[in-house]
Amino acid sequence: MKQFDYIRAGANSDVTGTPDATIIAGGTNLLDLMKLEVMTPDRLVDISRLDLKQITPTRDGGLRIGALVTNSDLAADMTVRSDYAALSSALLAGASGQLRNKATTGGNLLQRTRCYYFYDTDQPCNKRDPGSGCSAMEGANRLHAILGVTDKCIASHPSDMAVAMQMLGAEVEIEAADGVTRTVPLSDFYLIPTDPAVETVLQPGELITAVILPAPAEGRQTYRKVRDRASYAFAMVSVAARIKVTDGKITQAAIACGGIGSMPWRDPAVEEALIGQEPAREVFGKAADILLAEAAPKEGNAFKVPLARRTLIATLKELTGVQQ
Amino acid sequence: MKTTLTVNGEDYSLDADTRTSLLDALRNHLNLTGTKKGCDHGQCGACTVMVNGRRINSCLTLACMHDSDEITTIEGLGDERNLSDMQQNFVKHDGFQCGYCTPGQICSATAMLEEFKAGWPSNVSGSLTASPELTDDEISERMSGNICRCAAYPNIVDAIRETAKGQS
Repeated sequence: MKQFDYIRAGANSDVTGTPDATIIAGGTNLLDLMKLEVMTPDRLVDISRLDLKQITPTRDGGLRIGALVTNSDLAADMTVRSDYAALSSALLAGASGQLRNKATTGGNLLQRTRCYYFYDTDQPCNKRDPGSGCSAMEGANRLHAILGVTDKCIASHPSDMAVAMQMLGAEVEIEAADGVTRTVPLSDFYLIPTDPAVETVLQPGELITAVILPAPAEGRQTYRKVRDRASYAFAMVSVAARIKVTDGKITQAAIACGGIGSMPWRDPAVEEALIGQEPAREVFGKAADILLAEAAPKEGNAFKVPLARRTLIATLKELTGVQQ
Repeated sequence: MKTTLTVNGEDYSLDADTRTSLLDALRNHLNLTGTKKGCDHGQCGACTVMVNGRRINSCLTLACMHDSDEITTIEGLGDERNLSDMQQNFVKHDGFQCGYCTPGQICSATAMLEEFKAGWPSNVSGSLTASPELTDDEISERMSGNICRCAAYPNIVDAIRETAKGQS
């Protein structure tokens, strides 16, 4: 690990006032990357003692989740468990008990891809070393994305939590250097990897202070994750979905997918294809066709196209009670 | 960087490089070598300790971030003459072979039972809102962050199950 200066933030302004510093919260991903010298910050600003650990109701019936709420506290929160079940399930499907106790809400949103070549400093990687190339294109790419990819990067976003938040229509609350706070819909937070090193709309010196969930929505919701082993593994494909059926027809649909995109993937056209329809396997198949119409698989991750299709159909069947 | 760590109820003054992980601080600076270094990347769980009552991977956190925090290591749970119930049950059920992962397993299991008692659901719980039963599947899922290369898992589960029964 390279040497760095360490600053412990006592106030949000200690972070926003040092735009050249790298923020550390739980550190479960950052320290791993620093040990491998994938990330080599000169200064760390430790935000773990800031007052950003509360989960509080919002005025319009939603929930404000402080950026430092741990993944385990968020998963165990009774309001989340009862009103935002897909989020609790997604958190519990990720990492291990030890990691969830340290990993934070803001940090989880900003965790880096697990692309093998991003982690291997002997290999070119446009995300780690812009312009150096991408070894994943023709190399080992089983983990990689099939949607939202470019000719520069096919890395997948690894988060489970963010997939559920994307489905729930979350917003990210961000504080800037001038103390002004802005909120960005999570659907606008991540960037397609035209410049793979720039992953989000966050600017230097900006601090995520909270994630805001809208008021609980009607219908049934779930998170389904498909992975190589039953626990403690990243998603090959995951689906967070909420469906409301009224008088035999789908009246509301929200769907986001993990493991297949360069970001937690939500495509409004998939939801539009479901609304107004009677729940049926053929309808779900058409929605899957729309989801995967632009899929750009490589040799190692081509299996994700049929796997995503089956996982989406299975999830929608589960939520609507369709048997066939 | 000067840091005060409270480990197993005792205050220690540490003046280490900022890069020092909590794990290396415990082992190399405080000579508390019960906590083990396995992968050093948060994948194996051998380094599990409790910080302010919560189990974490001590390899993936910096010692300087834990000024004044209450840290409990395997040495704080019991000793040869006075084993904790969890330690006793690992002995009784032969919950190890080489023993390298065992301090992490025991710290993790001890804290895991507190999480369970607090009503936290897991990925295998049938309901997110009802209190789950501590089935073998629940124990395995909740302990999936601790790897045992000797594969003593069935006996580890036996030890944890018996400890949980003794607490209820």
